[in-house]
Amino acid sequence: MEQTVEFAPATGVLSLIWLLVAIPLASAAVLLLLGRRADKWGHWLGVLSVAASFVLGLVFFANLAGLESGSRSAELSLWEFIAVGKLQVDFGLLFDPLSGVFVLLITGVGSLIHLYAVGYMEHDPGRRRFFGYFNLFVAAMLLLVLGNNYVMLYFGWEGVGLASYLLISFWYTRPSAATAGKKAFLMNRVGDAGLAIGIFIMFATLGTTDYGAVFNGLSGLSATTVLVLGLLLLIGACGKSGQFPLQAWLPDAMEGPTPVSALIHAATMVTAGVYLIARSNPVYTANETLQLVTVAVGAITLLMGCIIGAAKDDIKRVLAWSTVSQIGYMFLGVGLGGGAYALAIIHLLAHGFFKANMFLGAGSVMHGMHDQVDIRRFGALSKHMKITWLTFATGWLAIIGIPPLSGYFSKEPIIAAAFEREVAWEAWVFGLAALLGAGLTAFYMTRLFVLTFHGPARWTEDNQHPHESPLIMTIPLILLAIGSVAAGWLMSTSVADWLTPVFGAEQAEPHGVLSHTMITILSLVVTVIGAGLAWSLFRRGTALEPQPAGVVVTAARRNLYTDAFNEAVFERPGIYLTRALVFLDNKGVDGVVNGIAAAVGGGSGRLRRLQTGFVRSYALSMLTGAMLVVGAFIAIQLGWLV
Amino acid sequence: MEQLELPSIDYAALLPMLILFGAACVGVILEIVVPRKVRNGIQLGLSLLAVVAALVAVVVERGTRTITIGGAVAVDGPTLFLQGSILVLGGVSLLLIGERTVEKGGAFVSQAAITVGSKKDMEQASGQPGSTEVYPLTTFALGGMLLFVAANDLLTMFVALEVFSLPLYLLCALARRRRLLSQEAALKYFLLGSYASAFFLFGVAFIYGFAGGIQLDKVHAAVANPTQSQVLLYAGFGLLAIGLLFKAALAPFHVWTPDVYQGAPTPVTAFMAACTKVAAFGALLRVLYVAFEGVRWDFQPVLGTIAVLTMFVGAVLAVTQTDLKRLLAYSSIANAGYLMVGVLALNDEGLSSTMFYLVAYGFSVLAAFAILSLVRDADGEATHLSRWAGIGRKSPLLAATFTFVLLAFAGIPLTSGFTSKFAVFGAAVEGGQTWLVIFGVITSMLLAFPYLRVVVLMWLSEPGESTPAVSIPGFLTSAVLGIGVLVTLGLGVAPSPLIDLTRQAADFVR
Repeated sequence: MEQTVEFAPATGVLSLIWLLVAIPLASAAVLLLLGRRADKWGHWLGVLSVAASFVLGLVFFANLAGLESGSRSAELSLWEFIAVGKLQVDFGLLFDPLSGVFVLLITGVGSLIHLYAVGYMEHDPGRRRFFGYFNLFVAAMLLLVLGNNYVMLYFGWEGVGLASYLLISFWYTRPSAATAGKKAFLMNRVGDAGLAIGIFIMFATLGTTDYGAVFNGLSGLSATTVLVLGLLLLIGACGKSGQFPLQAWLPDAMEGPTPVSALIHAATMVTAGVYLIARSNPVYTANETLQLVTVAVGAITLLMGCIIGAAKDDIKRVLAWSTVSQIGYMFLGVGLGGGAYALAIIHLLAHGFFKANMFLGAGSVMHGMHDQVDIRRFGALSKHMKITWLTFATGWLAIIGIPPLSGYFSKEPIIAAAFEREVAWEAWVFGLAALLGAGLTAFYMTRLFVLTFHGPARWTEDNQHPHESPLIMTIPLILLAIGSVAAGWLMSTSVADWLTPVFGAEQAEPHGVLSHTMITILSLVVTVIGAGLAWSLFRRGTALEPQPAGVVVTAARRNLYTDAFNEAVFERPGIYLTRALVFLDNKGVDGVVNGIAAAVGGGSGRLRRLQTGFVRSYALSMLTGAMLVVGAFIAIQLGWLV
Repeated sequence: MEQLELPSIDYAALLPMLILFGAACVGVILEIVVPRKVRNGIQLGLSLLAVVAALVAVVVERGTRTITIGGAVAVDGPTLFLQGSILVLGGVSLLLIGERTVEKGGAFVSQAAITVGSKKDMEQASGQPGSTEVYPLTTFALGGMLLFVAANDLLTMFVALEVFSLPLYLLCALARRRRLLSQEAALKYFLLGSYASAFFLFGVAFIYGFAGGIQLDKVHAAVANPTQSQVLLYAGFGLLAIGLLFKAALAPFHVWTPDVYQGAPTPVTAFMAACTKVAAFGALLRVLYVAFEGVRWDFQPVLGTIAVLTMFVGAVLAVTQTDLKRLLAYSSIANAGYLMVGVLALNDEGLSSTMFYLVAYGFSVLAAFAILSLVRDADGEATHLSRWAGIGRKSPLLAATFTFVLLAFAGIPLTSGFTSKFAVFGAAVEGGQTWLVIFGVITSMLLAFPYLRVVVLMWLSEPGESTPAVSIPGFLTSAVLGIGVLVTLGLGVAPSPLIDLTRQAADFVR
């Protein structure tokens, strides 16, 4: 089936889409450059700029909806960015149904989180700087989803990475924050390297990085090339989205201020990987192995996230592992291909609402509890923080998939789609993994909810007077709660239709190993069992300290030993390599000189004493290099090499 | 007796070099006749004027394609572009060298021959005006560099190499502060430089034996139709390459770089990092593209291995550095590796993207060293990393500028660091050297770490007691900073005009 991808040029109002990126960027520049002069009003400028982008986004969205379904896209080339040989990269933007929904998510949820941060960061002396980085992040994220080629996407990709690194390290006084920033940075670099190499492979084989031209050129590539390309993009996506095996940084990134966790590590940046794969859907559709790998990554991660999340006691870390796990569902969705692309995007949007809601709720709890984060030391907060409790409850019910809240409409279809894979064993493995994940999700989210808001009060600090947060923090919570309740059924059909121009029309569903009704019933049953189990176990509270536990729980508490694995496999050899190189650079060459000198005997030993500096060792290293280079050439000439 | 035929000389094509050498000679005479008080201004003015005049001559000559003085000098697109780059970067370096207000009397010692630590040394340390010989020395070095990138036979190339190296050795020894370190650096550079020159010369001898001539076109012809043993060719090429790789600071011939960069006066370090790099890679490009293109399949893997080694050594060792000058030295080593990736593309794109990279990197590195010269305490520049903790609180503008430059080194998009890496990697992919690009991407990811560590240190650490004051930059340093940052940004956002220019220039005459 030959399908050409074409984008219509931007006309009318849509030729102003560059404003979406420019407004937050300008605001960031003002906030960071003006310095203390902007301290008084800087945060409001930050909020306004994102809100302005949101309003513009709505206008553009409406305009896009007004276009004919066949040409529902707007491509805008701002200027020729770089041209190397046959390759030409424009600084170009693309506003199509897929980037449209992302723009609304980023700016919409982003505005609410910005508003919340005004209250949350009120007593922080660095609030203006914080909003500067925050706006920078929004601009970069918008560039990521609005670029019309992979290089623009890479720009945004690096930009959000940089902004998130700065934001995680924002509370620099905590050493753990600085370490977490480093970890996030390093793991992301692994992913970035994958993406960058993938982009260079596009040049090498296709000579272009524009979405349309890349997708149209795929049919001319060998299956292996497509596989390698897709895997490299997948590595990039895994790094950014905290998927197996690059998941370790995301939970540690919770050291940053809570609004950062909500915006970057729940609603937007971590979903960039899903965007990348969804955007590259022709690549993934073209190769079945790729789809299988993506599905496997999603399934492994979603189970891993659930299991670890069930053993954690830090409220933000539980939410973080749950994010890892939910993005696993999205990867599962985009890996399944076909109609499941749209399902993954719908889950992504719904997740953006309910996870941001719960993160901000967690922030509100911490605000009232002197920054306590241990859920073993909460309890009975439902009486003291009514709004937070109720809004959090909507998020909780939404994520575990209780109808008619949004998670039910977005997660359950993915489970059903997993059961519909054509190969029977795959359908069973991935379907059951997704189903088991739903049960586990219900378990750990209920544990979190019950331990925090119900049961006896287990507060450990004196004079603790839990109180509701100010209005500026609760209003965003309420709005996000409405989103958590309603977004699911609002989006379930309309968004799927809306995205048809990007992902192609949904093909007739093959019948899976289980009927659709059966799956709906099953997933509701496991959810109720998981939630009920957790409720009965934890409704009377829990011990203040973690108790000795069996193998599984211990393993889960230690992140299933993935950190230990990373340390042993990547960190130690890296450290040793660096040390060895430093050693060689400083000492090793000298050592060789000394060794030779000793062997030659006393005469050269005396000679050595005459030489003071280290020039001799440098000269020796040059000589060695020279012998190697000349030796290599002569060896090539004589036919010993190559 | 055979009639000796005088070679024809195209003076117009040689004019840029003639202007610089002439100005340098005038500068030496001025040292004798002009009173000390006014010497600095006059010397600076003269050398800047010479650079501008030479630049004008280069621009007027654009489009020239000729080989003159009996095949010794080739003036073509790459020559003129590289000469122009050296002149522009050299002019900006001269501003840095001419700075006399940041430190009283400037960064240079007034009389280098005085014994370190003696009574006279104490006297001159307390603010005697720095020596003004630095201007003619710099001008001589610039002239040598212009000749180096234009040399069309190997002996002229060797002479040019020495002409620009000798003044550099001297300049390295002239630091006002930490004079022993500076003299040690100069001696090391001199000894190792001579050692490398010996390799080069030895290589020339082999090549002469192989080709029966030293003109690059003769070598090219001999490579295509060899009449002598190939061993002569390969041994000669290997030795020749070593001399060039040394100047370009590629591993394992990079060992001098950190010590010399650290010991030399900062303006001289900046000058070397920007201009020597252009000159060394210019000559390397000409030798590889004009003379030895016929054996590309044999040298590509060897030089490719060197490029990979260089990128790794530079990136990995940069991680553990605690001194900013050494960190920048290792970063410049890694950048030499990236440049080599572009060179090894061995196509027109490789040539043009390498030239683009040289210009882009030159401006960023000048700005970086200009910033280093501003952060100082009673003992001179404070280059230890720990001293920079929290400097963003005290001097946000300086820290922001440095952050921008470091992001450019890290290859973050919208800086010239991204576009230039992108260009050389793109060229290498087109030239079939994808493996080099993969290593390049991996090491550039590694290399971003030390840079961002500095950024975090500047902004996110508490300023310590020992965080030094930041000097107010003088007019000249401000100009260098402004130019460096603007070019880094400009080439990051809209690199096309310069890339077009390099592409038009990318055509060697043979």
